[in-house]
Amino acid sequence: MRVAFTLNGKAVEAEVEPRTLLVDLLRQTLLLSGTHVGCDTGQCGACTVHLDGRAVKSCLVLAVQADGRTVLTIEGVAAGEALHPLQEAFRDRHALQCGFCTPGMIMSGLDLVTHLDKADETAIREGLAGNLCRCTGYRPIIEAIAACIGEKG
Amino acid sequence: MLPFSYVRPAHVAAAVAAHTQDGEPRYLAGGQSLLPALKLRLAQPSLLIDVARLPELSALRREGERLVVGAAVTHSALAACPHIPALAQLAGSIGDLQVRNMGSLGGALANADPASDHAAALLGLGAEIRTDRRVIAADDFFLGMFETALEPGELIIEIAFPLPNRAAYAKVRNPASGYPVVGIFVAEAADGIRVAVTGAASSPYRLSEFEMALAGDFSAAALEGLSVPAEDLNRDLHATHEYRAALIPVLAKRALNCGRKP
Ligand SMILES: Cc1cc2nc3c(=O)[nH]c(=O)nc-3n(C[C@H](O)[C@H](O)[C@H](O)COP(=O)(O)OP(=O)(O)OC[C@H]3O[C@@H](n4cnc5c(N)ncnc54)[C@H](O)[C@@H]3O)c2cc1C
Ligand code: FES
Ligand code: FES
Repeated sequence: MRVAFTLNGKAVEAEVEPRTLLVDLLRQTLLLSGTHVGCDTGQCGACTVHLDGRAVKSCLVLAVQADGRTVLTIEGVAAGEALHPLQEAFRDRHALQCGFCTPGMIMSGLDLVTHLDKADETAIREGLAGNLCRCTGYRPIIEAIAACIGEKG
Repeated sequence: MLPFSYVRPAHVAAAVAAHTQDGEPRYLAGGQSLLPALKLRLAQPSLLIDVARLPELSALRREGERLVVGAAVTHSALAACPHIPALAQLAGSIGDLQVRNMGSLGGALANADPASDHAAALLGLGAEIRTDRRVIAADDFFLGMFETALEPGELIIEIAFPLPNRAAYAKVRNPASGYPVVGIFVAEAADGIRVAVTGAASSPYRLSEFEMALAGDFSAAALEGLSVPAEDLNRDLHATHEYRAALIPVLAKRALNCGRKP
């Protein structure tokens, strides 16, 4: 089947099987390997991307479900060489160690930065329930997202 | 996942017509229950009919003393809807952010997981389910584990929730899956007191004993001394049936005390 959608601001088209997962289309066909696969069962959040502006797990979305819609991956977050403020905040606060969870954390974090009005720790923790990190203990990630929400207001 | 075909009809009539094809057609909404099942080969549909973007399934409106929610409305969208705060709070507590952004009310109800959060609200508010062919009362909808009154090919269009005088939901989550071990929805609903339980048995059910106790006095004190028998409740690696039985009155009181100082 032919799918056509907007990916990181550009129109893309690809030929997929209906059973192809969005994450496999992104990584294997479109060669955007920044979106990670940690579990493939919807538990870890490493594969998080935005579909029409909301964070979703791309291992639980079919590529055909993205047809005609807008997808943002980690590769589309920075403006060229200039990091997004949330990426800056992650770097400044050491919110990553091995970095495996980081693309998913940034994509969920961006959803929270857009949709939370204030930097409430409980709401941020609850918002990250679908993202697992084996390294940081979460605190610096929460602080980075809180800082970014703070700057917004 | 084994191969299947995929269509995305533009209207309800075309979606329902597609479901009459030979083989094993299946509706697809957010895919948050169906795709995990397909990965595990628990289901092997020949055709997926994507209903997530059907315009007829996208309602979110007040209709007199009811809130009408389209089957394709996501848990996130419902969580942001102010008309029934207890329902919004419940929707905002399902799974995680990413699941709420994809998963839909209609998909959750059709799936009829014995621990579905939405099942408790449906029964607890006495909602009605409007399908492509009829209206089903909440009390007649759940028949058993993963089993509903929906006929083959019957498509949920929207759900009408009568606005309650007051309502609240309390649950204890399984820390790994996020699903409720037990969840209780209590409401002073349009048609009287309703107490609905999810997670405790093979399908959600109402607790008539608790409802009668609350009829004269809608407060936690009215439930003092009431208990539920454990025999028929679920037992699994997460909780024994005795533990679930113990949770039911505790959570019912917690819901009744919601918004008050402990
Ligand atoms: C990690 C994770 C955690 C979760 N945690 C929770 C939780 O804590 N509590 C909870 O309640 N749920 C939880 N869920 C399930 C979630 O709520 C799903 O969104 C929901 O069960 C199914 O909705 P869906 O739109 O994704 O449906 P789908 O997966 O697309 O479909 C589910 C079933 O419903 C049928 N269907 C879909 N739409 C219709 C319709 N309009 N008419 C008739 N049939 C239809 C499909 O054919 C399929 O059989 C979780 C899921 C995941 C992946
Ligand atoms: S790879 Fe998608 S949630 Fe883990
Ligand atoms: S930084 Fe290693 S998993 Fe999060």
